[in-house]
Amino acid sequence: MSLMLNLVLLVFLLVMAIAVLKTKHLFAMAMLFGLYSLLVAGLFVVLDAPDVAFTEAAVGTGISTVLMLVTLASIKDGHEAVSSTKRKIGPLIICLVMGGLLIFGTHDIAKLGEIHSPPNDQVAAYYITQGQAETGVPNLVTAVLASYRGFDTLGEVTVVLTAGIGVLLLLGQRRKIHVKKRGQTHDDQ
Amino acid sequence: MMTNDLILRVVTKWLSPIIILFALYVQFHGDYSPGGGFQAGVIFSTAILLYALTYGLDAALKVIPETALRVAASFGVLLYGGVGVVSMLLGGNFLNYSVLADTPLAGQHIGIIVIELGVGITVAAVMILLFFTFSRRVDPE
Repeated sequence: MSLMLNLVLLVFLLVMAIAVLKTKHLFAMAMLFGLYSLLVAGLFVVLDAPDVAFTEAAVGTGISTVLMLVTLASIKDGHEAVSSTKRKIGPLIICLVMGGLLIFGTHDIAKLGEIHSPPNDQVAAYYITQGQAETGVPNLVTAVLASYRGFDTLGEVTVVLTAGIGVLLLLGQRRKIHVKKRGQTHDDQ
Repeated sequence: MMTNDLILRVVTKWLSPIIILFALYVQFHGDYSPGGGFQAGVIFSTAILLYALTYGLDAALKVIPETALRVAASFGVLLYGGVGVVSMLLGGNFLNYSVLADTPLAGQHIGIIVIELGVGITVAAVMILLFFTFSRRVDPE
């Protein structure tokens, strides 16, 4: 059952990724990207990580799709992506080398669910055996995120706040900056 | 950014409170079930987003003014850091919740709930702020 689910989800994921690459319409791209996130969320559920799936579904499918659509709505011209037909060899080589390195790197990752891998043997085993007794929280993910790794979470919240401040500083002013149309000179502004 | 569709308007009116209620459930039940401050904040912001998409930005700004959002975004981080400072003042390490109450377990419980609340407030406020800032640049036409 799990294998079937994984297979269906992964095949759809691949189809979605290729569709995002192939489509030239930015609106369709945004919607497909939301669907891609939803499929990833489904995969996380199959992998028994409901907390991560929750985040992926809410952020990836919900918020970021809406933000992309709003961004598209605020751009008047340019709903079509312009791509040159000229083939470039440099980016292809970089992609191939990078992909090769990543695949090479996966050989050192412990197998999924491997009990005696270093992270499962030491720190995870401690959380599982002692976590509930020390924090009193049944959901171990919350215990780890909020208590054991409180510093990390503080950092994450600060990152969210910093991102918000950055966007406000860049786009927050009332005066609207008009993006120049192609072919116009600076004198028009 | 605004629609006159009756069905959308009615559905939004019914759906928004339910989404907010669900966000609060995810926020405060995160100790026992999947979820937590981050997810709750995002879900809360989707309720406001839905409202803004259906009723327009001005109506949403009446519900939550932007100044309040800016204050809330900073307040969440302050709340989180504040828990750390309080636990330091009570004799523990930074963010060691065990000293917050008489027993370590009760202290952990208080600490986790308060910092998750801080996370939720900041995330919700920043997400809504992002949306407001982006959608202000959309031409009304």
